Amino acid sequence: MLEPTTSATGTAAEVRADSQPVEMLLNMGPQHPSTHGVFRMVLWVDGEKIVDVEPHIGYLHRGSEKLCEGEQYHQVVTLFDRMDYIGNFNNELAYCMAVEKLMGLEVPERAEYVRVILCELNRIASHLLYVGTMGLDAGAMTPVMFSFRGRERVQALFEAVSGARLMHNYFRIGGLKEDVPDNFRELVNDLMPLLREDVEQSDRILTFNEIFLSRLKDVSPIGADEAIALGLTGPLLRACGYEYDVRKAQPYSIYDRFDFEVPVGLDGDCWDRHWVRVQEMYQSLRIVEQAMAQLPDGPVASPLGRRLIRPAAGEAYVRAENPRGEIGVYLVSDGTDKPYRLKVRPPSFCNLSALRRLLADTWLADSVVVLGSLDIVLGEVDR
Amino acid sequence: MSFLIDLAWSALGLAVMFAVLSVVVLSMVWLERKALGRLQLRYGPTRTGPFGLMQPIADAVKLILKEDIIPEDSEKAIFWIAPVIVVVSAFVIWVTIPGGDGVFIKNLPLGLFYIIAFAVIGILGLVLAGWGSANKYGIMGGLRSAAQLISYEIPVVLVAAAVAILAQSLDMREIVAAQSSYPYLVVLPLGLVIFFIAGLAEVGRTPFDIYHAESEVVGGPFVEYSGAHWSVFFLAEYINTFAIAALTALLFLGGWGGPALPDVVWFLFKTYAVVLVVFWVRGTFPRLRIDQLMAFAWKVMVPLSFYTVIIAAAYRFYALPWWSLTLMSLVGLAVAGWIIYRRMTAPARRVVQIQERLAAQRRATSTSRT
Repeated sequence: MLEPTTSATGTAAEVRADSQPVEMLLNMGPQHPSTHGVFRMVLWVDGEKIVDVEPHIGYLHRGSEKLCEGEQYHQVVTLFDRMDYIGNFNNELAYCMAVEKLMGLEVPERAEYVRVILCELNRIASHLLYVGTMGLDAGAMTPVMFSFRGRERVQALFEAVSGARLMHNYFRIGGLKEDVPDNFRELVNDLMPLLREDVEQSDRILTFNEIFLSRLKDVSPIGADEAIALGLTGPLLRACGYEYDVRKAQPYSIYDRFDFEVPVGLDGDCWDRHWVRVQEMYQSLRIVEQAMAQLPDGPVASPLGRRLIRPAAGEAYVRAENPRGEIGVYLVSDGTDKPYRLKVRPPSFCNLSALRRLLADTWLADSVVVLGSLDIVLGEVDR
Repeated sequence: MSFLIDLAWSALGLAVMFAVLSVVVLSMVWLERKALGRLQLRYGPTRTGPFGLMQPIADAVKLILKEDIIPEDSEKAIFWIAPVIVVVSAFVIWVTIPGGDGVFIKNLPLGLFYIIAFAVIGILGLVLAGWGSANKYGIMGGLRSAAQLISYEIPVVLVAAAVAILAQSLDMREIVAAQSSYPYLVVLPLGLVIFFIAGLAEVGRTPFDIYHAESEVVGGPFVEYSGAHWSVFFLAEYINTFAIAALTALLFLGGWGGPALPDVVWFLFKTYAVVLVVFWVRGTFPRLRIDQLMAFAWKVMVPLSFYTVIIAAAYRFYALPWWSLTLMSLVGLAVAGWIIYRRMTAPARRVVQIQERLAAQRRATSTSRT
């Protein structure tokens, strides 16, 4: 069977070069319906069992980190939109927080609340997309329709707020681009019951389905120690029963003001990852409700952020809880109006690096389910 | 001379059968798209004709006009012959499936046996299609189809045998006639469930669409087929689905028996009802994995179908009252259902366990803080 990644002597291709003739090399991707974008897995299969796997990434590489060095600080926000294009607001927030930390900038109360509301709604939208694609990977074609209805409603709100459904470019260093629409409160209050219903429906149709359970339960289980060693974060780590969420462990923005729980799993298998994500949606709904109740009036942008930004030379590292896991943004400034270096720790990339371990001792059909449970976004993996 | 007349009648019958089945397939395509659409918060086709009724015709025209690509490395002869085998075996069983009391091409005294025997030939076509297209996904799909279809043939055969024991005949007309007082649904609910589930697996419908699973083997045996060749597989798949629905109606739902309306209407009504259930299942369930599928066949379906045969035989042999068969059948169903229920609720129990553990942790930390 598969050697542990730590003790393997080389890449999968090197290890498998003189493998047994019973093994078949199966090239899955980059054009395959279940690789969630342009991702390629070279699988060595023995009948229906997976012997080894070699992931190939980079088909969507755009050099985002390098591009950041050529743009002014305000312009970089758009590049972050295009990394994790499912969790745009969360990405924008991570970048803005990094610059704000470097400059020591105070963000107005109202802007913080709007940011949290939008980020949590974005988390729900992202997890709804995950639920739908997970259903498709497992062979169910209906849940995606239910979950996309909810996602579509959230995106309609995003469009009303920022003018764009996906690439919002709405958060600014020191606040927001502009205040939310006058009827924002009504929009969100109308959305909440509908969204809760959508979440509940996509939960009910899938989570405890007998076939879905047998496809996901006990597939590629992983212990908390190993998950930490592999650098897994987010729902994947929490599914192992390790209660770690940046929003609780190191509260950023105003997350310390809200009452919410961090759902954790038990076995760290695919079903626990699914369950954790579904529960997170309910928690996000709780956060949005609390934030809406507390939403203050006032300015939404710091006056300092309006100007051309030239942080003093220095460096800052912030981390935030993205829908996919912990994002880290490391920013180095040399005092000019453009970042000297911007390094991102993308949660998808780090989670994907555990693929070889997670696919040990699984079936061919599990490969798509495991990949689906990682919930990767190739835009963020390749940057 | 009489032989020639016979031949002419048979040819005419086959032509009529082909025409009727083509219309049936078109209606099923439309029905599936509409029914699935309604299950999935959509409308289904609306633009082509009233209620999108012309959509299947548009689909068919599109498929036939598409370029028919034959891969360079494929075994040309096998690649050509495989769809023919699949579609012929799908059509040929309809020779003896009656659509009413007297609506058939040729009634055979061993009709049920004939249907089951010829339905198996389609597997050969699928395996050949997978192998002949020189594609790894195709080969995997072909081998999956062989494993799956042969395994699920056993419960189908055994349950059909149980029905034959009850009706004391393999003639489809006599089987329906034997259900004139009550349909076998009443005495053999277990048999109906087994036959329907195994039938779903036989035609490769969700949750058993494993050999052409789109998210894994991207179409399996059909991966290299396009245009008219692919549409032939498509045709065969729908005819097989309709055949399984028709057999379910004939063997368990009393066939064309029913008050007031003509035979054919009752037959079509019952068959389309089963077809709708097939679509409903497709809109609801995910797909099983191949090992779970095989385990389900050999550990659940085969023992239960043996049980069905035994209770049917005991009922016949000891001339028990009819309700005893219902009772025995329900016991089998209840045992299977209880096992599935326990399995289904196991993770829920685990979730409760997690939550209790977490609550205990929280209590512990809060007390240590205070």
